[in-house]
Amino acid sequence: MLQKGIAAMPLLGVCIALLGLDSPAFAEGEDAPAAVAVAAETAVAPAVVYDPDSPMSNANGAFPVNILWTIIAAVLVFFMQAGFAMVEAGFTRAKNAGNIMMKNLMDFSMGSLTFWAVGFGIMFGVSGGLFGKSWFFVTAEKGDMWPYAFLLFQTVFAATAATIVSGAMAERTKFFSYLLYSIGITAIIYPVFGSWAWNALWGDYNGGSSGWLESNGFLDFAGSSVVHSVGGWAALAGAIMLGPRRGKYGKNGKAKAIPGHSLTLATLGVFILWMGWFGFNAGSTTSVTGEGGKQMAWIAVNTNLAAAAGVVGALISIWITTGKPDVGMSLNGALAGLVGITAPCANVSAAGSVAIGLIAGVIVVFSVRFFDKIKVDDPVGAISVHGVCGAWGTIAVALFDITGGASLGAQLLGVGVCFAWTFSTAMALFAVIKYTVGLRVDEEVEIAGLDLHEHGAEAYSDFAARIH
Amino acid sequence: MKLVIAIIQPARIEAVKESLNQAEVYRMTVMDVQGYGQQGGFTEVFRGQEFEVLLRRKIMLLIAVNDDFVQRAVDAITGGARNGTGGAIGDGKIFVLDLENCFRIRTSEAGAVAI
Repeated sequence: MLQKGIAAMPLLGVCIALLGLDSPAFAEGEDAPAAVAVAAETAVAPAVVYDPDSPMSNANGAFPVNILWTIIAAVLVFFMQAGFAMVEAGFTRAKNAGNIMMKNLMDFSMGSLTFWAVGFGIMFGVSGGLFGKSWFFVTAEKGDMWPYAFLLFQTVFAATAATIVSGAMAERTKFFSYLLYSIGITAIIYPVFGSWAWNALWGDYNGGSSGWLESNGFLDFAGSSVVHSVGGWAALAGAIMLGPRRGKYGKNGKAKAIPGHSLTLATLGVFILWMGWFGFNAGSTTSVTGEGGKQMAWIAVNTNLAAAAGVVGALISIWITTGKPDVGMSLNGALAGLVGITAPCANVSAAGSVAIGLIAGVIVVFSVRFFDKIKVDDPVGAISVHGVCGAWGTIAVALFDITGGASLGAQLLGVGVCFAWTFSTAMALFAVIKYTVGLRVDEEVEIAGLDLHEHGAEAYSDFAARIH
Repeated sequence: MKLVIAIIQPARIEAVKESLNQAEVYRMTVMDVQGYGQQGGFTEVFRGQEFEVLLRRKIMLLIAVNDDFVQRAVDAITGGARNGTGGAIGDGKIFVLDLENCFRIRTSEAGAVAI
């Protein structure tokens, strides 16, 4: 303990010296070395001794390297937005590509603003167990950078949940209505459930409050339920409220495939998501110091194994059931494995991760066919990948646990509560939107493609001869 | 023998195919084409600037028929391609050309029996 403290000092000193480079004194060019030396001297001994093993030790920037890791992880998860955009573009038709790009751009932008203003507070503010009431319009104390790092990290998580829905609602949703929904999910739906599961993560800053689900032993390390199931069940509500795309179901009620316009973009998207997921899961330690930090490498390995196993599981399932190794389904399998390992990544073995991913890959294939059969049109499989496999991952926390801290009952409770809360609030939100400004575009707009009517320009304008 | 060339709205292709099948016309060639008639062009916006687009996407059907099928095919196409009961500008056009001869590649049959 003491040795770790001593070893951290030079690192601390270097980091603080680097911080000192930004100070006004140095910028003026006078007394620069003296200012840096003074900064290093006075900052070397923090007022309180922080425990590097506790995630709460990040308070007041005691360990800047943890801020560094959290920011890097946040940037990785941010890049997942590009992944979602590419997957959704690849699985949908070219005439709607510009629209799906805008939806992805806007749910991140609106989501970032809304979460900073309202969502973070509801999720992490002082809570009586149901929702937070402080930390709105997040501003950190002077000199304490940790809240900003944590905010950035949590913002990109909230934005991930929001962007899942654009895939299930693709090709027929009014753009303005989608903007309204983005605000709704990042302001209320996501943060309230998030507060039930993760409020205690902010314990050092919210007086030690916690959410009622986590108090009952519910574990969701990186968000299989908090992020992915919330997104997935909201997607289900949206797809149901919208109805299927024109031409999806034939006269006899049989589902018809509407092929996407670019498997190459879809694959690019999946690889970007896979890469970002290392930030999503391993970054959820928000720490590299102490025991919590050491888990990082183990979590990253679990993540990768589950993704790979997910691809294999989906590949085998689709190959056997249809006779062809389908590219799109295999891609969904990777995502299914990733979603499935998101909750259990910190308490299962490598072999357990393989099993979890494999099963997620099989589940997603049958889930996609199930939703097609019950006439819920999901162009990219978001409901199956995120909702269903998110529930699987949450349950797997208990089934494959090797630390002894998980309870199947608590996990099942969480899965059920997530579905009940998210589905009902999302249905209500979409109903309000549908019966006020309207949710779905007109049929002629849907036929001609949303790009032209909603945005005034096509995404692939130059792909055919033009007279201007 | 006649060659029926029909230019229709892309959204009507399924309806046209359905009505052609009902009229017992099962063979056709379908092409993506561009053009404009009375409909004219339209305006798009890119990064805040408007620009005119003159070419609209259409679908062109080529159907070779025997003389007794010409009217049936034309009626079927019209029925499927017309928007609503009154029709709309942009529904399309049908041209009927004389077809001098027709050959089946697989069997080298020629004439009306090869259509």
